[in-house]
Amino acid sequence: MRLITFPMERDYSLTGPERQNAFDKGLAGADWYRTPVDRKVLKSLMKRTDWPATRDIAIWVVVLVGSGAGGILLWGSWWALPFFFVYGVFYASAADSRWHECGHGTAFKTRWKNDAVHEFASFLLMRNSVVWRWSHARHHTDTIIVGRDPEIAGMRPPQLIVLCLNLFGIVAVPQSLAALARNAAGILPLDEADLIPESERVKAIRVGRIHIAIYVLVALVSLWTWSLLPLMIIGLPRAYGIWLLLVMGLPQHLGLAEDVLDYRINSRTVLMNPILRFIYWNMNYHIEHHMYPMVPYHALPKLREAVKHDLPAPNPSLWNAWSEIIPCVLRQLRDPHHFIRPQLPEGAGVWEPVRSIKTA
Amino acid sequence: MPWIDACALVDIEEEDLVRLDHEGRTYAVYRISGEEVYCTDGLCTHERVHLADGLVIDHTIECPKHNGQFDVRTGTAIRSPACEALSTYPARVADGRVHVEIP
Repeated sequence: MRLITFPMERDYSLTGPERQNAFDKGLAGADWYRTPVDRKVLKSLMKRTDWPATRDIAIWVVVLVGSGAGGILLWGSWWALPFFFVYGVFYASAADSRWHECGHGTAFKTRWKNDAVHEFASFLLMRNSVVWRWSHARHHTDTIIVGRDPEIAGMRPPQLIVLCLNLFGIVAVPQSLAALARNAAGILPLDEADLIPESERVKAIRVGRIHIAIYVLVALVSLWTWSLLPLMIIGLPRAYGIWLLLVMGLPQHLGLAEDVLDYRINSRTVLMNPILRFIYWNMNYHIEHHMYPMVPYHALPKLREAVKHDLPAPNPSLWNAWSEIIPCVLRQLRDPHHFIRPQLPEGAGVWEPVRSIKTA
Repeated sequence: MPWIDACALVDIEEEDLVRLDHEGRTYAVYRISGEEVYCTDGLCTHERVHLADGLVIDHTIECPKHNGQFDVRTGTAIRSPACEALSTYPARVADGRVHVEIP
């Protein structure tokens, strides 16, 4: 069995032949199917408030400070391990959802709070906040459209070894640092330049320089003190704490269709327990999130109630989701055209590209 | 440019908007409160998404897809990924109807 396959059968870059194919097929910047939701209901779901995110960020910070302090105090003893286990998960896996929601600008009502948490979480994740904001905007425009979406995690055939190594950031962390260093040097590769307009590129370079400067400083402190501890607090958690994000986040689209204009077919909703939903900020309701990305994370369960009649049955657990994903990606090693086709409920809506409220 | 009868004022809730299609173009007509109304182009300048599905907060319209934000009074882009301003058009209320001056 091949566990790693190079090169890709399809070119997933944003500047290769698949880019033009996406335009030629009408898949780029297209209209997508969304389950209709009454305007009044939708407005109430989109309504912004500061309270839930303020509460959840406060809990997040308390857990980070508490577990980090425990790890520091017990450094040198095996008792530090459980503290760093918790610290890493909340540093990296929980930071992704904070980065995501605040990048959408929906977590808080107050704009500067969204921006502040977005910048902080981007730093923890070694992501250039400007580059990734544009990258994620494209992901929402052209979700799993090959040649357009820069955030396709499950390419075909799948790079299983890379996916497994990235449970501990072994490939992703060096890649992320290299990307930040390139930005810090004033370089935006073609894929990034394809996403980011000229007017935003100076900001991307500035962010790259700030991130790299902090990481170099922490590395120097580690060298100066001849201790791994500073890096265990800043930097390395991105590696040792990211595993839970991959377990929760890869099922968003993995094993599902490429190049379709229906989130019900290329995204997956997985039911999770309240602890995981706190860490993940309800991104398990992923079909719902893609249909209406301006609905804040705390309103996604209510959005699900409004649209679930039109959606495939959710996976009842992460275990169930991975039980369908693993056989699928293993089969994709020998048959890259294989994917899972979710069953829509009887009477489910169909995609109509043009909707009009009023014609004068 | 001619004034177009867009809709009745009561067709638009306060802090909301409706879509108006006219002569092959699409516009967004906003009601902030009372008879305070505005009109802009209907598509986000970032990815041409219809703003009519977005959220109005105070004088800001949020694009429903990426949360690019614009000031509906001036069309100014105030949050990326929206970088380019929206075109704005005069709007007024007369006899309970919203009129907009569009090409």
